Amino acid sequence: MTLLVPTAVAADPSCYSRLTNEWVCGQYLRDRQSEIVDATTQHLEITVAAVLLGVAIAFPMALVARRLPRLSSWILGVSTGIYTIPSLALFPLLVPFTGITATTVVIGLALYALTVLVRSMLEGLRSVPDDVRESAIGLGYGPTRLLVKVELPLALPVIMAGLRVATVSTVALTTVGSLVAYGGLGNLIKDGVLTNFRAELLTASVLCVALAVLLDVVIVVAQRLMTPWTRGVRA
Amino acid sequence: MNVLADTWTYLTTAAHWQGDGGMLQLMLQQLLLSITALAAAAAIGLPVAMWLGHLGRGGFLAINISNVGRAVPTFALLALLVTADHPGVTTFGPYGRAGVATLIALTLFALPPIITNAYVAVREVPADVRQAADGMGMTGAQRFRRVELPLALPLVVSGVRLALVQVWATATIAALVAGPGLGRVITDGFYRSNYPKGIAGAVVVALVALVLELLAALGQRLADPPPRRTRSARGGAMSGSGRRVNEAAEPLGS
Repeated sequence: MTLLVPTAVAADPSCYSRLTNEWVCGQYLRDRQSEIVDATTQHLEITVAAVLLGVAIAFPMALVARRLPRLSSWILGVSTGIYTIPSLALFPLLVPFTGITATTVVIGLALYALTVLVRSMLEGLRSVPDDVRESAIGLGYGPTRLLVKVELPLALPVIMAGLRVATVSTVALTTVGSLVAYGGLGNLIKDGVLTNFRAELLTASVLCVALAVLLDVVIVVAQRLMTPWTRGVRA
Repeated sequence: MNVLADTWTYLTTAAHWQGDGGMLQLMLQQLLLSITALAAAAAIGLPVAMWLGHLGRGGFLAINISNVGRAVPTFALLALLVTADHPGVTTFGPYGRAGVATLIALTLFALPPIITNAYVAVREVPADVRQAADGMGMTGAQRFRRVELPLALPLVVSGVRLALVQVWATATIAALVAGPGLGRVITDGFYRSNYPKGIAGAVVVALVALVLELLAALGQRLADPPPRRTRSARGGAMSGSGRRVNEAAEPLGS
């Protein structure tokens, strides 16, 4: 904009030039808007896909673990075992199977989410009182209807608590996906380090935390809407 | 699969382990970093958390600190510290490039599980046991040292154990900002499209994580003194049975 007036540039350099390199810079936000929005969108997509995949895998695992107590310690052991593999190591280990794609990151993150999700689903289902279950069976509820109409709603608060933990940590972990070029905001952070670009670095980091808080709030609100009976009782 | 065969070849080539920048040296670097960060976090976190647990105050803070910690990506924190002018040290003793920044980020990362577990451990010593100690005329300090501390120890140790494995895993991320440790092997492999090398690094990191987990489990067994366990097996009331540790706190290397 001020290219035609060199003196103005010298007097008022943009806050993200090589010389000033400020942490907070509105000009950067305006100039790189599309890049920032793209990275945030990618971050959100990867996180949501990973958590949904995690839920899809964890749910049957939790049901099997509850039905067959002998398998339950084995299932919990496997999902916790995955946890001991560092994220920076897990993505490379998946690459021979999935290539350098977003799939690698989504699968890796979903595997991490499993530990928390399986545990909370199992605990949630176990927290349903036996007499409630027996009453429902007495009323003629079959196994599927019992699960959907009685057990799941009652287990929801515990399951949602697990979902919050899984989602918030997945948002943070997605940044590591920048190793295989699919890290959403993590890509900006990596670029910020490589080029020593402070505005980009801080913006991406703050957005990342904001995204975690936002998703957490969304889940809390969803839980309130889905379990109206818990209000008032606990207050 | 071809890549996996190449990975095996990379791992079994002695030259990749030896010398400056060899995997053995990087592994030692990372162990040094992890243990220092863990020790610093324990030195800061344990006294505060256990004191708060003893007083029965600050529970909200102790619990929520780990929730907040989960939302902050360690990678972002590390990147900010490396880029900032402070702490303005590029090398720090044996910790190599990016030294202090990595150490600070790792210490902050290790604090939440340590603080939360230590607080909960002391807090959840059964109330009747506390009252018995008070009834025997123990002072606050005596009650803490002779009653609460021994009963809380297994849970406190399990928090440190959790933190150890998490810190080791997270230390790999230092490589994303050109820091020390085995993460270098992984990132180098990727940036130069040498995937067998990257995967080889990942295998070593994962294996050491498992070894550390096993060692920590052994250490934890030692911290839970056998006399207490036999007593609780006979149905003693002092075991605080029913206390369970939430081992799954947060994913590694967020």
